[in-house]
Amino acid sequence: MSESKTVNDNKKTESKKIEDQGIQKGIEQLTPERIESVIRQVINDETGARLKVYVDTCLHCGLCSKGCHFFLSLKDPKFSPAAKVKQTLWEIMRKKGKVSPEFIKEAALIAYTQCNMCKRCAMYCPFGLDVAYVMSVMRRICYKLGVVPLYIQDTAHSHSVAMNQMWVKDDEWIDTLMWQEEEAQDAMENLRIPLDKEGADIFYSVIGPEPKFRAQLIFQAAVIMNAAKENWTMPSMPGWDNSDMCMFTGDYEMMERLKRLHFESALNLRAKRIVMGECGHAFRSVYDVGNRALGWRMPPIEVVHSIEYFNELFEQKKIKIRKKFERPVTLHDPCNIVRGRGLHEMARNIVNATCANFIEMTPNREHNYCCSAGGGVINCGPPFKNARVESGKEKAKQLFAAKAKGAEVVIAPCHNCHGGLEDIIHHYGVEMELKFFGDIIYEILELPE
Amino acid sequence: MHSYYSFVTGPLAWIAFIVFICGSIWRFNSLWQLTKKKDSAVFEYMDRKFALRSIAHWLIPFGSRSMQLNPAMTVATFLFHICLFITPIFVFGHVMLWKENFNISWFALPNMAADVMTFIVIGSCIFFLWRRIKLPHVKYLTTPLDFIILMIVAAPFMTGFWAYHQFPGFVSMTIIHIVSGEIMLMAIPFTKLFHMFLFPFTRGYIGSEFGGVRMAKDW
Ligand code: SF4
Ligand code: SF4
Ligand code: SF4
Repeated sequence: MSESKTVNDNKKTESKKIEDQGIQKGIEQLTPERIESVIRQVINDETGARLKVYVDTCLHCGLCSKGCHFFLSLKDPKFSPAAKVKQTLWEIMRKKGKVSPEFIKEAALIAYTQCNMCKRCAMYCPFGLDVAYVMSVMRRICYKLGVVPLYIQDTAHSHSVAMNQMWVKDDEWIDTLMWQEEEAQDAMENLRIPLDKEGADIFYSVIGPEPKFRAQLIFQAAVIMNAAKENWTMPSMPGWDNSDMCMFTGDYEMMERLKRLHFESALNLRAKRIVMGECGHAFRSVYDVGNRALGWRMPPIEVVHSIEYFNELFEQKKIKIRKKFERPVTLHDPCNIVRGRGLHEMARNIVNATCANFIEMTPNREHNYCCSAGGGVINCGPPFKNARVESGKEKAKQLFAAKAKGAEVVIAPCHNCHGGLEDIIHHYGVEMELKFFGDIIYEILELPE
Repeated sequence: MHSYYSFVTGPLAWIAFIVFICGSIWRFNSLWQLTKKKDSAVFEYMDRKFALRSIAHWLIPFGSRSMQLNPAMTVATFLFHICLFITPIFVFGHVMLWKENFNISWFALPNMAADVMTFIVIGSCIFFLWRRIKLPHVKYLTTPLDFIILMIVAAPFMTGFWAYHQFPGFVSMTIIHIVSGEIMLMAIPFTKLFHMFLFPFTRGYIGSEFGGVRMAKDW
């Protein structure tokens, strides 16, 4: 195995060397007074007992360490979940906000690029202390101080200008849908991607990168929807993008605008429910974070991730397959829809319905390791790529182990996971192929006459 | 010596109990009020069934994957906590004190058992100390206060053992024993020792979030 080539010796200096223009420019404009006042505002007005209890109750026992793939990969005590709290809010609360711009720089690096907000550690801390929440508070402070990594801030700008993550213009969006409709008609005559249809059973939304880089996924979804004879629609106007980088930068005002627009697009069309493409963070933003920010305990309209939807298709026998997918597969459980929504058993139902050979990776289900890309980390862009891949070492080991048992294909039903796993597979020479469920289903689908 | 003794078993004991009880109520209440004011969503998502489910898994030895991955720590923490609570309540000397002062009495531990349990507490404290010094990821998190708290917890057991077995100087040691016990009681509301009261709430909350919203296990 080529695992040996991955060993990194100088990991401790790694984060120090990384320079990010967004963070650098941000801290140049900071004064101690401004830092203190922003911190006070966030801590006094936006947080309460939860933060206090999380920071004060922590017994410094280190049991959360084995919960975090950063620590497991790098073996550096600075990367344990509690250590990230120590280097950020622990210090800030002890000093009552009197910290230096340099401190904020380090804190921003930790909060934005050394935590995937995957919440695995909450399952390893005996007290269930939620370090991801503490990191989100740190990000909120950084955002309000204007200290955000450049690349992810650019996607947040795109969100606020174009209401989608990838600067897709309104006409480009419609063009893309019509183009994919045409392409898909080669596979299936009379196929339609119905736009703005009122009262449809399904309002299908995707993330910004789909029309930009992975348009074939829209094509595949259209084929599956048509094969299942669904009464479905996609919106022609902004509101089609369910992704949310503002949730990760700490720009909650913008996150609320995005989520409201998305919900309203579906509700205005009187759709029965929203079905979302195979994305983890977008699901989290719609199902968990954004709805709460807007004051809804649960989303105002039912939201269904693709896994749940595909599972339903097989359970209700709405689609048929020609033959099972032959090559041995393994399954990566994305945090945001497994620890975030418990879809792991449904995912296994789909694997069993579509694939002939299934090999579990371990640990799996709720205990699966994150791909190191989540929580906006991959969106912080090239400056952090090497560090991100280094922290995926434990993931690489897990993939190698599944490969040793014969797995050739990794199913990862999440866009971010694809990005993260692709880099890990490439860097460590794992040589496995990545697929979405949509890819597999499309490949073996029996098309109706 | 006698006047010291009557002071630490009289007024100081009352003060210790009052500080412990009132302090705990105060700390608990202030957190409760703060939650109501600033984190009211916590009540919205708290769910008795899922909270209890999570708490139960974390109160059963090896009930969580985390405990399975850290077997030594699991054994040490369980034995430690059990002995920490049982020993002071059922040790013969304490039972006698209750009998003499309030005329209520209950089962007392045989001496052997009390000794063994005392050793378990002290032994676990040494284990915790070892972790803090030797394991890099624990050392990194450790503050001076963590050592002090460990001392506060171990002291009543070490001194109690000494006094009970009437080693040299046991008379003064008895007084130190009583004072150290009182310090521990008084420290609970104001230090991390308060975790014993917060555990059901932090665990219960994350259990509710995982169970009710995320529909996933958290152990
Ligand atoms: S949320 Fe995930 S990435 Fe962040 S500290 Fe916890 S385990 Fe590590
Ligand atoms: S396991 Fe929990 S209590 Fe222990 S150090 Fe980690 S966050 Fe703190
Ligand atoms: S990208 Fe995937 S594995 Fe990584 S945090 Fe998101 S859901 Fe988890």
